[in-house]
Amino acid sequence: MARPVLDVRDLTKVYGTGEATVHALAGVTMTVDRGDYVAIMGSSGSGKSTLMNILGALDVPTAGSYHLDGVDVSKLADRQLALARNRLIGFIFQAFNLIPRTTALANVELPLAYAGVKAKERRRRALAALDVVGLADRAKHEPNQLSGGQQQRVAVARALVTEPALLLADEPTGNLDSHSTADVLEVFDELSASGRTIVLITHEPEVGDRAKRLIRLVDGQIVEDIRQSAVDQMPVGAMTGRHTA
Amino acid sequence: MSLYEVIRFALRGLSANKLRSALTMLGILIGVAAVILLVAVGNGSAKAISDRIEALGTNTITVMSTGRGGTTSTALTVPIANALVDPQLAPDVASVSPVVTASSSTMTYEGTEHSVSSFVGTTPSWFAASNTPVGTGSAFTADDEAQGRRVVVIGQTVAEELFPGVDPIDKQVTVGGALFTIVGVLAEKSSTGFQDANDTAIAPLTAVREVLTGYGSLNSILVEATSPDKVDAVQSEVATILNQRLKVSATASTTSRTGGNSNTSSSTPYRIQNASQLLATQTETADTFTTLLGAVAAISLLVGGIGITNIMLVTVTERTREIGIRKALGAPRRVILTQFLIEATLLSVLGGALGVAAALIGSSFEIVGVKPVIVPSSIGLALGVSIAIGLFFGGLPASRAARLRPIDALRYE
Repeated sequence: MARPVLDVRDLTKVYGTGEATVHALAGVTMTVDRGDYVAIMGSSGSGKSTLMNILGALDVPTAGSYHLDGVDVSKLADRQLALARNRLIGFIFQAFNLIPRTTALANVELPLAYAGVKAKERRRRALAALDVVGLADRAKHEPNQLSGGQQQRVAVARALVTEPALLLADEPTGNLDSHSTADVLEVFDELSASGRTIVLITHEPEVGDRAKRLIRLVDGQIVEDIRQSAVDQMPVGAMTGRHTA
Repeated sequence: MSLYEVIRFALRGLSANKLRSALTMLGILIGVAAVILLVAVGNGSAKAISDRIEALGTNTITVMSTGRGGTTSTALTVPIANALVDPQLAPDVASVSPVVTASSSTMTYEGTEHSVSSFVGTTPSWFAASNTPVGTGSAFTADDEAQGRRVVVIGQTVAEELFPGVDPIDKQVTVGGALFTIVGVLAEKSSTGFQDANDTAIAPLTAVREVLTGYGSLNSILVEATSPDKVDAVQSEVATILNQRLKVSATASTTSRTGGNSNTSSSTPYRIQNASQLLATQTETADTFTTLLGAVAAISLLVGGIGITNIMLVTVTERTREIGIRKALGAPRRVILTQFLIEATLLSVLGGALGVAAALIGSSFEIVGVKPVIVPSSIGLALGVSIAIGLFFGGLPASRAARLRPIDALRYE
């Protein structure tokens, strides 16, 4: 039996003390297997962003354990967290978060640069990643020369380039119009079809519908965990064929 | 992540806002150029002074009276000056020239007036002793002096003022109501300080006393030693004779101190100024002056450094989001720290290098009438300091950047 990519036990996150205590997460337990496509939904204040930050090794939990591909992330020191972010996780933000005044190619190369990969190898892998999202011809463009959907796809390429065990996306289509949303979701579908593990947060039902598994969070706890399609099958609504830009 | 890559990131960061980087570098440029140039000016001034003093000849001492005119028993007189020529008591004395000086005396020629800042009356031996060569014509002779003839040797400035384009030799000028004939023009001398060394006239002692200064005491006596290493010996020989002559009590000591005017104790009525010690004093003064200039310039360098800190803090704040992204992508703290530290250091090093270039160009011009002489060690020091400034003043902003928490940084507007 393959090791689960994500193994979270009793995850708790508490902010503040005394009267101002906020229980952002109140004991979340879940496992995500390789190749799964999970959508986490919840209203504002449900704790989904907090959960995402912890899963993305950007924050440490107050209690509980978090194993990512077998590595106990919750106990890592600062430097090792940075490594985990670089090698094990690919993060996609709602606001794209590309480095301004830098080409798409340079943006995608960045995680590889921090991983110590040499220039030529970096370039090759970055171009390959841009190809996966269908933007190889826009490699030299800067973010302000790309549409929202294209920027997000560059961000996806950047998340992929280190071949991480897990792709995390925080409201990836939140800032996009319907057309760009469709483009990005198509990319996700293809990635899932090729065996990538994806966990995303969303508040849009149409996005949640396309995932293989739907988890609902309320007040820092999981209230629903629905399997919409099997892990080893194509997700509902996935399209075959290459995406055209 | 190799250092080369980090430097590339840093360069990219700096070129993102070229105007800002240029202005910050300008601060360091000015500071470094100021330090190097001002130290060079101080150095050049010191050199000019010491050249001038050396040109005076380091084999003379000057005896001056400490009293104001004084009573006849303590004043310097011609007989006293003559007494210094004593083969037995003062064997190392080569020549003795008594000197009277009149300042700002008006010399007139055919309607043109000129105020000579220093009109000297002395004997012919003065010219050689004080290293004042005659350019055209000749100096006056001992016979002229004995006869009290009204002849005069003028300096270059006086010649230019009164005789533009004309040969002054054998012309007659009026000084103090008397007619003087010009027999020579001094060679040009370099000046330091505020006195123009060429604005002078030299005439026989007797003539000047008759016409200008009267028969009071001498202003000074210039004593020439047989060779430069005999100067200290001459000083003590002269002091002995003077003590006898001026009836100074035996307990008054004549101390000769190095590194200052060789002052006698305040109970002696005379003061001996040793040219080589004068040189030492002046050099010390000039060095202090140079250090002061350097310190002032260093303040401007400090301000330039503060400018770097300021700009780097602004830059870090501006790029908080970007730093958050980099950290989220896995940039270790050390790499972020190094990147911003290098950005700051690049600014200061480039500014410093340009400052050195600016100083080198500036040193080819005369500043405040002084020809700057660059001190090589000041260049190395300035460059080293500019690197240190980048590291030091860039350290605070860089560590700020490195310590940012990714989540907070990412949420920054």
